[in-house]
Amino acid sequence: MTTGAVAAPPAAAAPPRRRRLTERAREERRLAALLVGPALIVMIAVTAYPIIDAVILSLQRSDLRFPAQSKFIGLANYGHVFSAPVFWQDVLHTVIITVISVSIQFVLGMCLALIMHRAIFARGLVRGVALIPYGIVAVVAAYSWELAWSLNSGWIPKLLGLSGDPLSHTFGTYVAIIVTEVWKNTPFMALLLLAGLALVPDELLEAAKVDGATAWQRFIRITVPLMKPAILVALLFRTLDAFRIFDTIYIFNQGAQGTESISMLNYATLLNRLNLGLGSAVSIVLFLFVALIAFVFIKGFGAGAAPGGEG
Amino acid sequence: MSHRARETSGWSLAILVVVVFSLVPVVWIVMLSLKTSASATDGSFIPHHWTLSNYSDIFKLGTFTDALRNSIGIGLISTLLAVALACAAAYAIARLDFPGKAAILAVALAVAMFPQISLVGPLYNLWRQIGLYDTWPGLIIPYMTFALPLSIYVLSAFFREIPWELEQAAQVDGATPFQAFMKVIVPLATPGIVTTFILVFIICWNDFVFAISLTSTTAAQTVPAAISTFPGVSQFTVPYGDIAAAAVVVTVPVMLLVLLFQRRIVSGLTAGAVKG
Repeated sequence: MTTGAVAAPPAAAAPPRRRRLTERAREERRLAALLVGPALIVMIAVTAYPIIDAVILSLQRSDLRFPAQSKFIGLANYGHVFSAPVFWQDVLHTVIITVISVSIQFVLGMCLALIMHRAIFARGLVRGVALIPYGIVAVVAAYSWELAWSLNSGWIPKLLGLSGDPLSHTFGTYVAIIVTEVWKNTPFMALLLLAGLALVPDELLEAAKVDGATAWQRFIRITVPLMKPAILVALLFRTLDAFRIFDTIYIFNQGAQGTESISMLNYATLLNRLNLGLGSAVSIVLFLFVALIAFVFIKGFGAGAAPGGEG
Repeated sequence: MSHRARETSGWSLAILVVVVFSLVPVVWIVMLSLKTSASATDGSFIPHHWTLSNYSDIFKLGTFTDALRNSIGIGLISTLLAVALACAAAYAIARLDFPGKAAILAVALAVAMFPQISLVGPLYNLWRQIGLYDTWPGLIIPYMTFALPLSIYVLSAFFREIPWELEQAAQVDGATPFQAFMKVIVPLATPGIVTTFILVFIICWNDFVFAISLTSTTAAQTVPAAISTFPGVSQFTVPYGDIAAAAVVVTVPVMLLVLLFQRRIVSGLTAGAVKG
């Protein structure tokens, strides 16, 4: 993150700054602390405090239906989570949905970004219309697709000539959920990729064209390597978001037909079964999974260079 | 066919696919909302019997009008708070020299990646103890928090582009510092702030995880949560028409914002993503 160096106004970059802070620099720091403080305190207080609270709850037997039996039980809740087949099944469901939906979003998002970037006419129309799925309420998107796939109300079974209800079996439900996720999230993927496409200099592509490179060669050899940081950021954000999938599954069937995700399990344990101890253990495990994915992307692929820094 | 004509028809096809793919689910939910309850399950895309009764039904339903009030109120307050806090922080990040800038952006990034469902348990527990469960502040606090990272990124990207020297120039020309700020800087900063406001409002308006977990009655339930609890005529019937009509009502304001401010939203999101 190179933000500081780029944004520093000349006055503050005076030479003696390392040795002794001038009055002016000190004043500037005080003002900065005053301005940044509130936002920083809110972000830390509202995330760090509850996550610490969740860690403490996860070490206790804490069931709101039996409040009298609350006590410290160490890592027993985690033992329950990791030894429960349902947890590992839900991890598998989440990974399946994440991998398939993010891959499709990436391919379609790249096509959409290229269309938005290169369209020779109606560019405003394409950009406006493509943003609609992004702006739409997630619950509405889920209902629209659920009611479209359902045999009772929908037009899709009729269109495909299906006799049974696609949402009554696992495969059909996965297809419907993944279509919903792809529809809703491809525009955001495309916008992040569009930002990367804008960084590819046209002269380079022209030069390659003159040298006889085909469109596909130009895309793979020039465009993709140059926009690699944007691709990694887009994949990171979409993967993390897909891994937390909740709204769509809740609206479709609350995790029936073998589609329960980790977030759905977490919600059900906390709010349907009111088991705060066990539910908090699931929360912490999910938190660690997300942190691990972010770590792999940022350290493993170097995705951290782009968000936050000026690249 | 000439090369140019081929190119034009190729683009037309691509654009047509994008438009159809983006609009079909929206048109479908509008069509469903216009079907009579008897024909809601006929499986046709276009209604055979058109009606507006679903709309008059949901506005007679207290649950829906209360939820609409909650969604608008909670969304606007959360957005105002988040944008105000983010403006201050983004100004400091864009203009001042101080240590720990990278750390602040790292905290914002971490919050942006945070699995929100992990907070549901502790917040549910805490809110019930201190009386924030099922209240407006109970939703405003998490909404504001999770809107802050995007607001800070987008606003600091915008603020870096502002030619701040103009402020000094105006003061040299005899303006007071306050006049210089109001007349020169505020107009330059307004587009970025408006864009951020819209992006943040969409986030708050769309939330479901917190709305379904931290509210239970019409006191604070927002529209997405309310739709998911619409009662059917009996336990086994789905109120298709009501769901579809309510879905259309919450979608319209966001679609108008998106279409009106399309150019700004694209530049705001891409600037926030790459330059941050």
